[in-house]
Amino acid sequence: MQSIYLTIVLAPLIACIIAGLFGKSIGRVGAHSITILGVGISCLLSVYVLYLLTFEDMAPFNGTVYTWLLSDGVQLNVGFLIDRLSALMMAVVTFVSLMVHIYTIGYMADDDGYQRFFSYISLFTFSMLMLVMANNFLQLFFGWEAVGVVSYLLIGFWYQRPSAIFASLKAFLVNRVGDFGFVLGIAAVLRYTGSLDYASVFSHANQIAAAQIHITDTVTWSAITFTCICLFIGAMGKSAQVPLHIWLPDSMEGPTPISALIHAATMVTAGIFMVARMSPLFELSETALSFVLIIGATTAFFMGLIGIVANDIKRVIAYSTLSQLGYMTVALGASAYSAGIFHLMTHAFFKALLFLAAGSVIIAMHHEQDMRKMGGLKKYMPITYWTCLIGCLALIGFPGTSGFFSKDSLIEAVGASHRVGSGYAYICVVTGVFITALYTFRMFIMTFLGKERMDHHTQEHLHESPWVVTVPLILLAIPSAFIGWFTVKPMLFGDFFEGAIYVAPANNVLEHLAEEFHGPGAFVLTALTALPVWLAGLGVLVAYTCFLWRPALADAAEARLKWLYTILVEKYGFDWFMEHVIMAGARRIGSGLWRFGDQAVIDEGLVNGSARTVGWLGSVMRYAQSGYLYHYAFAMILGLAGFLMWLIWR
Amino acid sequence: MISLTHVLALSGILFAIAVAGVFLNRKNIIVLLMCIELMLLAVNFNFVAFSRFRGDLGGQIFVFFILTVAAAEAAIGLAILVVLFRERSSIEVEDLDTLQG
Repeated sequence: MQSIYLTIVLAPLIACIIAGLFGKSIGRVGAHSITILGVGISCLLSVYVLYLLTFEDMAPFNGTVYTWLLSDGVQLNVGFLIDRLSALMMAVVTFVSLMVHIYTIGYMADDDGYQRFFSYISLFTFSMLMLVMANNFLQLFFGWEAVGVVSYLLIGFWYQRPSAIFASLKAFLVNRVGDFGFVLGIAAVLRYTGSLDYASVFSHANQIAAAQIHITDTVTWSAITFTCICLFIGAMGKSAQVPLHIWLPDSMEGPTPISALIHAATMVTAGIFMVARMSPLFELSETALSFVLIIGATTAFFMGLIGIVANDIKRVIAYSTLSQLGYMTVALGASAYSAGIFHLMTHAFFKALLFLAAGSVIIAMHHEQDMRKMGGLKKYMPITYWTCLIGCLALIGFPGTSGFFSKDSLIEAVGASHRVGSGYAYICVVTGVFITALYTFRMFIMTFLGKERMDHHTQEHLHESPWVVTVPLILLAIPSAFIGWFTVKPMLFGDFFEGAIYVAPANNVLEHLAEEFHGPGAFVLTALTALPVWLAGLGVLVAYTCFLWRPALADAAEARLKWLYTILVEKYGFDWFMEHVIMAGARRIGSGLWRFGDQAVIDEGLVNGSARTVGWLGSVMRYAQSGYLYHYAFAMILGLAGFLMWLIWR
Repeated sequence: MISLTHVLALSGILFAIAVAGVFLNRKNIIVLLMCIELMLLAVNFNFVAFSRFRGDLGGQIFVFFILTVAAAEAAIGLAILVVLFRERSSIEVEDLDTLQG
């Protein structure tokens, strides 16, 4: 089996190297064939591994492939932990990646950096697989950083655009903040357990729980809370939680396939995956979980609101991604890890679908992303229209779609939780449903329905995208619509994640829900009488009223609620704050250090100062150099006499 | 009877006179050269004395070498002196301060 796991990881890496180094000689067709082949092999094998683990009851694999180094008793390994959690992630990552590879053939057809792009996304697949398959913290961190680097490269893919460079740098720097916390968390784990291996860390989790950190004589922190919050800060950076979310909307400067693969389906969910993987640690700290819950709820609600006022089609979906990541985080905070992972999976399908559909629209509109210049695309692009509709319905949680199962059970799990902050989180996620429906259908209506607002030239050239674009859309629409029916029972209420995710019996909110669960059909019927579905319906209704039937209403609301509108357009001032306070402050500190530390102390004091001292000393000493021979001879005799005295009397 | 101490004292006095000559002489560089010769002779005197009182002829052979080298050195020194005089028309020690920093 080990060779299968190695093949899964290495196939995309080899494809990446070939496409990256020999891109010129193998040409465009060669580049996309080799990378699709690599990812295709990974995808097939991942699905096979998932099948074996799920249906054949194969035992999870946990083993070391290679020992990187051994230092003072700490062993740093490259190893794989393949249980159902990682197998599920592998299957989702490689499947979405494969779809995006195929889609890219159409989307990047006219781009000069074709081979480079394929090389990057294959490298991404490799890094992400290393991340999810890791059996130790170091490899997790390697994958974590590697996906960050690829994300940086891909956001700045069109490096001639200043805005893309800015966005890529922003993403990189904001992620550094999160990674700082993550490294501290890993260091704390190593400090208290003496190991980086998951299995041994989890078996020694009680050691961390028992330890205290003494800040001063009177202030002590619980080590487990500190560790978990540090690890979660890493997740906040990668999974774009408030206040480290600011990089994700800007990352839309990258090509759309990247937004689908990295900034919606896979990389940004790495944080969610990590917290679920660390569930044996997080379960020990009630405080850390409350922190997770509140951060997630804040992200879910407030980022969704911005989606209502954004006009760029990709940014609307980006804010929706932020909000949905918030939902997943809320599930983690409520100890419903399986619900978070379940939503992660369904979200990967329908959000990748929505991004790819948006990309299809963008191709047709000749790279125009402003929704105010779209409208009425339904009749020109039927396949995109229908698949996008499925994606939207899944996103708002229309009964029966995959998103419905995951989001509805997630909300109920939060409702059943008694943790500090769960009341606030419940209000956020329930109202969030209304907001989700509102912005999703606003986007849908402005793009596909209503008046055609594009210019004449664009209108003449409107047509459906080529098959390489529409086939991935259809293939993603199928799981978006149906996967919930088959997976909700085993993943949420069954023993699918047994051994991979640990939930303390006292915190097990999903167990309460399981008592009321009587199959997916009944679940749909009960939900029809519950609040979230009606709120979603109301949201759709409001969207239709304001943006299709009575557009004047939207303008009136905008004029009436000018202050709210301004706050939302300004994104709550996070960007302003970061730019004018944090960035400007950092720059001021930097220039202060430069002026004082570098120029004054080092340049003036140490470098020029020592030169000046030597010069002064020389100018004094030169008076001793009279040039007369008898002075020198006298000095020599004196020296000789001195030495003699020293020899005699010492 | 003349003892080793007497001879060593004489050679010390000769050496001291030579050193004093180097310091006190301000006028003539030839006197400087002569003083250096005198120092070498004082050292030679030591060699001969030790050789005589220890019964070892090696010391006296050394003296021949040193005398030869001293003669060569005096020849070179005088040659330099002649060139210096042609250059500066003076051999006064006070004028020769080009070593000054």
